[in-house]
Amino acid sequence: MTNKNEQMNIVIAGHVDHGKSTVIGRLLADTDSLPKGKLAQVKETCRRNSKPFEYAFLLDALKDEQSQGITIDAARVFFKTPKRHYIIIDAPGHIEFLKNMVTGASHAEAALLVIDAEEGVRENSRRHGYMISMLGIRQMVVLVNKMDLVNYDQQVFDSIVREYTAFLDGIGLTAKAFLPVSGMQGDTIAALSDKMPWYTGQTVLESLDSFQKEALPVDKPFRMPVQDVYKFTKAGDKRRLVAGTVDTGTVSVGDEVVFYPSGKRSIVKSLERFNAPSPKEFSAGNAASFTLQQQIYIARGQMAARADQPAPQVSKRLRVNLFWMGKKPMEKGKDYILKVGTVKEPVRIEEITSVMDASDLSSARQKDSIDYHDVAECILCCQHAVAFDAIDDISATGRFVIVDEYEIRGGGIIREALADDQQQMRQQVMQRNLKWTGSSIGREQRWERYNQKAALILITGKRNTGKKTLARAIEQQLFADGKTVYFMGIANVLYGVDADIKKPGPDQTHRPEHLRRLAEVSNILLDAGVILVVTAIGLTKKELEIIQNVVDSDLIEPIWLGEEPTDIDFAMKIPDLADLDETLGSIKTLLQNKGIIFKP
Amino acid sequence: MDHLDHLESLGVHILREAYANFKSLCMLWSIGKDSTVLLWLARKAFGGHVPFPLVHIDTHYKIPEMIEYRDRLTKEWHLDMVYGENREALDTRKTFPDGNADRLTCCKLLKTEALKHTLSGQWPRYRFNHALGRYEVDANTEPFTGVIVGLRADEEGSRSKERYFSPRDRQNEWDIADQPPEFWNQFKTDFAPGTHVRVHPLLDWTELNIWEYIDREKIPTVSLYYDQGDGKRFRSLGCYPCTFPIESQAKNPKDIVEELRSGHLSNIAERSGRAQDAEDGGGLETLRREGYM
Repeated sequence: MTNKNEQMNIVIAGHVDHGKSTVIGRLLADTDSLPKGKLAQVKETCRRNSKPFEYAFLLDALKDEQSQGITIDAARVFFKTPKRHYIIIDAPGHIEFLKNMVTGASHAEAALLVIDAEEGVRENSRRHGYMISMLGIRQMVVLVNKMDLVNYDQQVFDSIVREYTAFLDGIGLTAKAFLPVSGMQGDTIAALSDKMPWYTGQTVLESLDSFQKEALPVDKPFRMPVQDVYKFTKAGDKRRLVAGTVDTGTVSVGDEVVFYPSGKRSIVKSLERFNAPSPKEFSAGNAASFTLQQQIYIARGQMAARADQPAPQVSKRLRVNLFWMGKKPMEKGKDYILKVGTVKEPVRIEEITSVMDASDLSSARQKDSIDYHDVAECILCCQHAVAFDAIDDISATGRFVIVDEYEIRGGGIIREALADDQQQMRQQVMQRNLKWTGSSIGREQRWERYNQKAALILITGKRNTGKKTLARAIEQQLFADGKTVYFMGIANVLYGVDADIKKPGPDQTHRPEHLRRLAEVSNILLDAGVILVVTAIGLTKKELEIIQNVVDSDLIEPIWLGEEPTDIDFAMKIPDLADLDETLGSIKTLLQNKGIIFKP
Repeated sequence: MDHLDHLESLGVHILREAYANFKSLCMLWSIGKDSTVLLWLARKAFGGHVPFPLVHIDTHYKIPEMIEYRDRLTKEWHLDMVYGENREALDTRKTFPDGNADRLTCCKLLKTEALKHTLSGQWPRYRFNHALGRYEVDANTEPFTGVIVGLRADEEGSRSKERYFSPRDRQNEWDIADQPPEFWNQFKTDFAPGTHVRVHPLLDWTELNIWEYIDREKIPTVSLYYDQGDGKRFRSLGCYPCTFPIESQAKNPKDIVEELRSGHLSNIAERSGRAQDAEDGGGLETLRREGYM
C-alpha cells in the first residue's frame, strides 16, 4: 500500500541526450501516473504529424499542461508506486546548467544516472557522478539506456559497467546497481525484457523502491547552528529564544549546551513552540527554539552542541574539496565569503593542493586558480575561527558554500580542520568561558539601567597623533552626557597586569600577549556594562583579531586617528584633531547609529 | 516527523534566514489561504510574534469579506499591517470592471504596478494605527529589500521554476534562465544595492498540504473558501469581477482535504476560477516576469 506520508526525492542525471526524459516518460506511462487519455493523445498527435512517437514527448506535452494544474514541471515530476510517492528531479544534462543540476540534486536522497549505451561514458556522466558524490547522495543506480540501439548486447553493457565502476572507485562512490534499459522500448523499466535474457536483476521501478529512506540523523551529536536569538517584548513577552534548525541529534530540557566557537555554555530551561505543547525534545530536522537558564550573550553564527557529546571543530583553516560555478575563476589572494551553518565569514584560498577537471578525474593538476566547473582540493583560511565538523563525522555541518559578489559561486565539503596561529589563545578563551561565573543580573538589565550598551571604543593610529587626548575628550563628553564611561590608560595595564612580561624598550615579542591581557581586562569591564575607551598604537587587522577573539567582536568600535592606516577594518577614520568638537560630534553620531547610546 | 512537520520546519527555517539577512523585510499577505499559512508559519518562527510588516495590495475590487477578515486578524494578532494601491488607475477608471482595460492590463495596473511602487515606497503606503484603529499614510518610504511571498511550485508553470530565495533586478525583472544555485540549506541572502530578493517558504507545499495544515493547526481562514449552503465555494480568491466560485459542498478544511485527495477536484486545476490566467496563454509567465505574484 502507498504510504501517504512517505515521499522520496530522486535526482535523474546524466549527459545531455542520453535519454533522461524518455526514461521519465516511460516511468510515468508504466505506473499509470498520466492523466486519462494523455498517452493516446500524444501518440495521435505524433501520428498526424508523421513523427515517430517518443516518450520524451509526453514530458513536453505535460509541461504545456502544467498551467492547467497537472503536477509536473521542468524540474520536478511527481509519481507514485504502491510503496511510496516520488518526486523525480530532472537535472539538466547540459554543462551550462550545472548550477541547476546542483540545486535540484542537493535535496535528493538517491540518484539515477543515465548513460547512453551507444555513446558510452561522456563528460557529464562523470561530472554528474562526481557532483552526486560531493553533494552527499549515497544511493545511486546507473541506467545504461538505449540498449535497443546496441542490439541488447551484453558486451557493450559490461564494458560501460567496467569503465564507469573504475571511475566511481576513484571518487569513492559505489553504484547500488547497473541496469541495462531502453526508455524507448520499455525494457527493464517496469518489467524485465525477453530481449535481454542475460539480465535478471531489478527493474528501474524495483530499484527505486529498494532505495532506503535515509533516517534523520538523530543519533549523531547535537548540532544546531544558531539562526538568531529573539527577544520580542511586545505584549510583555520576556523570553529570550535561541532559534535554529537542528541538523543532528536531540536536545531536551536540562541539557547543558555549549556554543562554538565562543565556548559559552548554559542549561536548556524550556523548549518553546507556538500553538503546540512544549515537546519532550527537539531532534534532527526540527526548526527549534529554546530558552536558557543563564542569560549568556550569544548571537547568530554560533553553533550549539551538547556538553556531554563530542565537540565540533573550531579553526580558521580548513582543508576542503570544492566545486566552482563562477564564470570568473576563483583565485588566491582574493576575498570571498564562506557560509557554513549560519556563519558568514571572510575567507581566502591559502593553497590550492590540486585541481581536477571533473570530466576527466585522472589528471590532477597544479593550478593557481580554480576555473569554471573545476573541482579542487584546497586549504581555505578564514579571518576568524568558525565552528564546523569534518564531513566524515557529521555531513550536515561539514558543508559550505562560497559567495562571490553577492552570488553563491562555489560549494564543497570540509575534509578536516587544520591548526591555526590563534588556536592556543582560543583554547584559553574557551576555558575562561567554560569557567566564567555569570552575573545574576542580565546583560540587557544592566544596559537598560545604564541607558547604554557596553562598547569598547578602540582608538588606534600612529605615534603622537593625539590618541590619548581624544580618548580623554570622549570620556569627558560621555560622562557629561550621563554615561557610564571609563578611559583605561594603557600604562595601567602594562605596569600592572603585564608586569611579568613588560620589558623596557621597543621589544615587540610580547605584544600579542599584551593585547590578549588588555582584551581580558576590557572584557570584564564590558561585562560590567561600561563604555570603555582604550588606545593602542598602530593596530593591524591581525592584532585586532586577537582582541576580537577575547571580546565579543560586535562590541568593538575601532577608530583610526591620523593618516596612513594599517590594514585594520575601522568603524571610523579621523584625519586629525584640528576641530575636536566636530570630531566628538561625529563619534557620538557613530555611537548613536550603532545603538550604543540613544539619539536625543 | 511527518511530511507536514518537515514542510513546517523548512518554512520556519527560511523565514528565520530571511529575518536575519534582510534589514528591510516585509511579507505579502493576499488574505488567501497560502499567505495565511505563511503568516501562521511566521508566528511559529518567532514565538507567536510577526516581526515585520505585512503588505496587502488592495485593488478595491476584493470581495468585501476579505478586507473584513484582514482587519480583524490585524487587530487580534497585533499585526503591523500595510496596504498599497494604484490610486491613479482607480481614479481614472482604467480597470476591467469599468470597461476600460482588458483583464490582463487591469491585473498589471491594479496589482503588479501597485505592488512594485508600494514595495519601492514611491507610492503612499497605508499603515494600520492600532491606537486609533484605522489606517493612515505611513511616514516610512524606505524600499523593502526582502519580500516574503506565499507562492507554491505546484500552482502553475512559471512558479515551478522559482527558488526559495529568488532575486529580482532593478527593473523588478526575473531572469528565469540564469538563477542562482541553492543547495543544502544555503540560500542567496546577499544582494547588490538596488535589487531585491523574493523569499518563498511555501515553494514545496501543494494545495493539499495547505489544507491539511490549516486543518491540523486550526488556522482561521475566510469563510469564502467554504460552502455556505448554496453548493458553491471559492477555491482561489481574487477580485470579484474575475474570480468565480466552484461547485462544491465542502464546509470546512477537512471536507476540502477529502475533496482534493480523492473527490471531484483531484484532477482540476486550482486556478481554473481565475479568468486572467487564460488570457495569458495559461502560463502567467508574462505577468510574473514583470513582478506579479
